[in-house]
Amino acid sequence: MSSGTRAIITLWKRELLRFLRAKSRIIGSLGMPFFFLLFLGTGLGSTFSFGSMSYMQFIAPGIIGMVLLFASVFSGVTVIMDRQFGFLKEIMVAPVPRWAIVTGKTLGGMTTAIIQALLILLILPLLGVNLDYGGLGIALLLMALISAGFVALGIAIASKMEDMHGFQIIMNFLIMPMFFLSGALFPLDNLPGWFKGVTMIDPLTYGVDGLRYAFLGTSHFPLWMDFGVLIAFTLLAVGAGSFLFSQRN
Amino acid sequence: MAAIETNRLTRKFGELTAVNRINLQVQEGELFGFLGPNGAGKTTTLNMLCTLLAPTSGSARVNGFDVQSQPDEVRRSIGMVFQDPSLDEELTGWENLELHAEMYGMRNAAPRIHEMLQLVDLEEKRNNQVKEYSGGMKRRLEIARGLIHHPRVLFLDEPTLGLDPQTRRHIGEYVKKMNRKEKVTVILTTHYLEEADNLCDRIAIVDYGKVVALDTPKKLKKKHGGGTLEDVFIKLTGREIREEKGNAMEGFRARVRAMRR
Repeated sequence: MSSGTRAIITLWKRELLRFLRAKSRIIGSLGMPFFFLLFLGTGLGSTFSFGSMSYMQFIAPGIIGMVLLFASVFSGVTVIMDRQFGFLKEIMVAPVPRWAIVTGKTLGGMTTAIIQALLILLILPLLGVNLDYGGLGIALLLMALISAGFVALGIAIASKMEDMHGFQIIMNFLIMPMFFLSGALFPLDNLPGWFKGVTMIDPLTYGVDGLRYAFLGTSHFPLWMDFGVLIAFTLLAVGAGSFLFSQRN
Repeated sequence: MAAIETNRLTRKFGELTAVNRINLQVQEGELFGFLGPNGAGKTTTLNMLCTLLAPTSGSARVNGFDVQSQPDEVRRSIGMVFQDPSLDEELTGWENLELHAEMYGMRNAAPRIHEMLQLVDLEEKRNNQVKEYSGGMKRRLEIARGLIHHPRVLFLDEPTLGLDPQTRRHIGEYVKKMNRKEKVTVILTTHYLEEADNLCDRIAIVDYGKVVALDTPKKLKKKHGGGTLEDVFIKLTGREIREEKGNAMEGFRARVRAMRR
């Protein structure tokens, strides 16, 4: 095994260990999606429905997209904490290539984000939401792409930030708008033109749309388009993340 | 072959020359003290020697490897204990050392990890998370970690900073023990001059990026009018207080601010 491969596995393992050890973080991160599903689903669901589909069922794939978005970006941004607590230096002085460090971090972030998404999937039946689990294979592929892209985006952001103080700005002006514009909470069919345009430049839109296809059998865009845009976004984000990370360090 | 050899090693940050054409030779097995006031260029020099920072000009070889053209070889052959803590506090002591061993491509590292933990008296605490460790324990763990992969040179950047005299004394003894037992060359920076006097075979005093004195502690004291090493240090580097401790860029910014006033 090359030194790069070993480093990737080691750093991947580290992310998992840290994640499993932070029980409160896992519970905390599942709180918001759970309440979105329960309160929005019930509250708005009493007024809206889509044919045979309940509103809660409609937003369920969107909420999974939200979990992936939040967990992934946060995981990438923890590079800042690694830097602040000095751990990053220990890795930087080790005889391993920089790309291996970024890859290990990304794989670790992807894994923890997907675990959180799967936990939401487990909660769904308790809320009376039934999804088509036949699409789980496609869904997992989409989850991998979504999480890879957003972890890398987090790493790119982290490379441009000094400390965690700026995270609130990123949260409110980038992450939340990306979530709200993604069509997680509303269908894209009848949107006014300008608004539709904005939703279409949001990469998460295609993630949520693809997940909706996988779990509900219905989507706004064709599946190949969802995959195509996500792959392009992920490649771009991974490129930017690796470049900015190497440049900074 | 010298463990460390620098040839007109220089590093500039904008207008400030943090390290100015330093020529150093450290022999294998030496316990070498690298002293100087804050902002003198100690950490900058160490960062260049451990390949984290590229020299502006000049060159340096560590264990015969060039820091610029053979960074991986240099990294594999050195251990580093940074000025600021660099442990993963969520992991246990054992996990931190294991992670390090894996990053350095070691196989079956467990016996070596045990050995190092015993050497710094942390074997019993190995399964505690590092956040439960005291400052001195963290320092010892870092020293053990720096030695796991059998480096030939160990850099210790102010390893005793902020520790009480008891812990400092202990760490000093560990460092000496490592130096003798592992036959590892040690480069040590510290502000505790008594400690340097007790531990080091030879000492370099740097100021404003230049070596102003280099000799055994004994000869330094003799040559510069007796007294303690601290007297020699003050005599050579002056009484003026330097800017707050920080990285070289902060030092640079502080000087720029001072010049504008």
